[in-house]
Amino acid sequence: MTTGAGLTAWQRFRKTFKRDGALHVMLLLPLLLLILYHYVPMAGIIIGFKNYKGTKGIFGSTWVGFENFQTLFQTSGFARALRNTVIIAVWKIVLQIAVPVSFSLLLNEMNSQGTKRVIQSIIYLPHFISWVIMASIVGTILSPATGVVNVLLEKITGNTIFFLGNNTWFRPVLIISSIWKNFGYSTIVYLAALAGVDPSLLEVAEIDGAGYWKRMLHVTLPSIVPTIILMSTLSIGNILNAGFDQVYNLLNSAVMETGDILDTMVYRYGITNSNYSISTVASLFKSSISMILMIISYRLAFRFSGYRLF
Amino acid sequence: MFKIKRNYRENTARRVFKVFNYCFCCLTALLCLAPMIHVMALSLSASKYVNSGMVLLVPKGLQLTAYKDLLAKEQFFISMWISVKRVLLGLVINMTVIILASYPLSKRSSEFAGRQVYVWIFIFSMLFGAGLIPTYLIVANTGLLNTIWALILPGAVQVSNIILLQNFMKALPDEISEAAFIDGAGHWRTLTQVILPLCKPSLAAISLFVMVGHWNDWFAGSIYMQSYKDYPLQTYLQTQIIDWSKTDIEYMDPEMLALKAAQSSTRSAQMFLAMIPILCVYPFLQKHFTKGIVMGSVKG
Repeated sequence: MTTGAGLTAWQRFRKTFKRDGALHVMLLLPLLLLILYHYVPMAGIIIGFKNYKGTKGIFGSTWVGFENFQTLFQTSGFARALRNTVIIAVWKIVLQIAVPVSFSLLLNEMNSQGTKRVIQSIIYLPHFISWVIMASIVGTILSPATGVVNVLLEKITGNTIFFLGNNTWFRPVLIISSIWKNFGYSTIVYLAALAGVDPSLLEVAEIDGAGYWKRMLHVTLPSIVPTIILMSTLSIGNILNAGFDQVYNLLNSAVMETGDILDTMVYRYGITNSNYSISTVASLFKSSISMILMIISYRLAFRFSGYRLF
Repeated sequence: MFKIKRNYRENTARRVFKVFNYCFCCLTALLCLAPMIHVMALSLSASKYVNSGMVLLVPKGLQLTAYKDLLAKEQFFISMWISVKRVLLGLVINMTVIILASYPLSKRSSEFAGRQVYVWIFIFSMLFGAGLIPTYLIVANTGLLNTIWALILPGAVQVSNIILLQNFMKALPDEISEAAFIDGAGHWRTLTQVILPLCKPSLAAISLFVMVGHWNDWFAGSIYMQSYKDYPLQTYLQTQIIDWSKTDIEYMDPEMLALKAAQSSTRSAQMFLAMIPILCVYPFLQKHFTKGIVMGSVKG
């Protein structure tokens, strides 16, 4: 718009500032809140390098260097939590792509637009119910004495399974209930991509003699591959996010071996045991690795799909 | 001749597939709805049927005892009121912040010197978080503990929603704001009178996210509120339905189970009441919301 030809640097600055002043003012409140509650706490990470005592405050506590990291890595619960986190998260990531893709392909084969829309609206409803309530529903349904699933199991096999108190079953319960709650939400994205498939491509394929199956395999599926690639690359950043809200609300002492994740460990050390330094170090470990994973994932998403955050 | 025959055979297979597909899709939809109906049925059933696991989707021995018992639980309603206040206050504050941040960031760098610096400040806050304890200490030091502001201010800047809205604004034709500027409007007027009315679908979707997010959040309440009297609904529910079911898992004795069964109707009633607002808002904003997600996730 305005070119700065013939003006001094100061005049140019004043000119752009006069033009953009309102924009800077608009950003003032968001920025203030962001700095106060996101950036200032980052300074608080120093308590991870101190032996934090509430009575001495952040600055009065003594420095201990990397001692807290050593303590954390030597805790037997840490390796276990890291392993559980990655296993649970990777299963969730893979199924959270496979299930919605398959389901959107099936839904796309339905002719009746009305039914399709109703089903589509119903399947993402669970996404909006809190994990507190969902966890309680899961607990109710799977309850060994009165739950529907076990009542049926007992009729069929004569045995009941204590799903939430059993190390073999706990992870599958987490993964399946998470997919069940969230698959409908991702399905929307794939359905939108499917709606964009060029009908003339399908017609051409039909004239060439391709049946329904061949058309799906060679025309429909390839046209949503870019979306699948984008969603997969973006989910790389979640490898250390096993889902705190869900796991915390289902976790119990019987299944710590397979169910304790990094986030629940951070919570337990920080809030339950008031060991602020160890908790901070554990979350610092998690955030640092997550940051690297997210940078990788955004880079890949940009390279493969031209995806940009802003 | 061959072609006709082939088509016919495919049609039979196709028809079978379609019937199966139809049933499968409907069953899946039912499976997503069933738990909500199940909870409602449990809350309306007599406890002897609930005990024996006989209630599925239809209430057995219809009764309202659970809801009557619930009326005696004063804290449930206090917490619900706290949640309502939180949703309204949070909606105003979050949306203000989201709109104020989205408009400047939707400008191109050539139109807004310094945009890139702001963008990086926002992106970095998404990539790296300080963690539970450092954030807690700041919230405590700014005097927010035990106030409703602790549930709102720390999460007031939702970068993912800012990204959604600024993408929507970017997609509007440049001519619109250029015309507004020629007519003499500044940035503020352009934003409030020209841009915002055009962003309605996106604003509707984001408002839904924000409201549901505040309604469903239990964690902030559980760490920033020291007395259960200040708990928002989900935090209160968490102490009522989750902690309790854990002790049940830990001590599997028959007496505990009997107690659990007696209380499970009341639990279900609380769960169902907490879901109702979501079920009410859902159909209205659902249409906008689909547009909103799709626009944000697969643009271009």
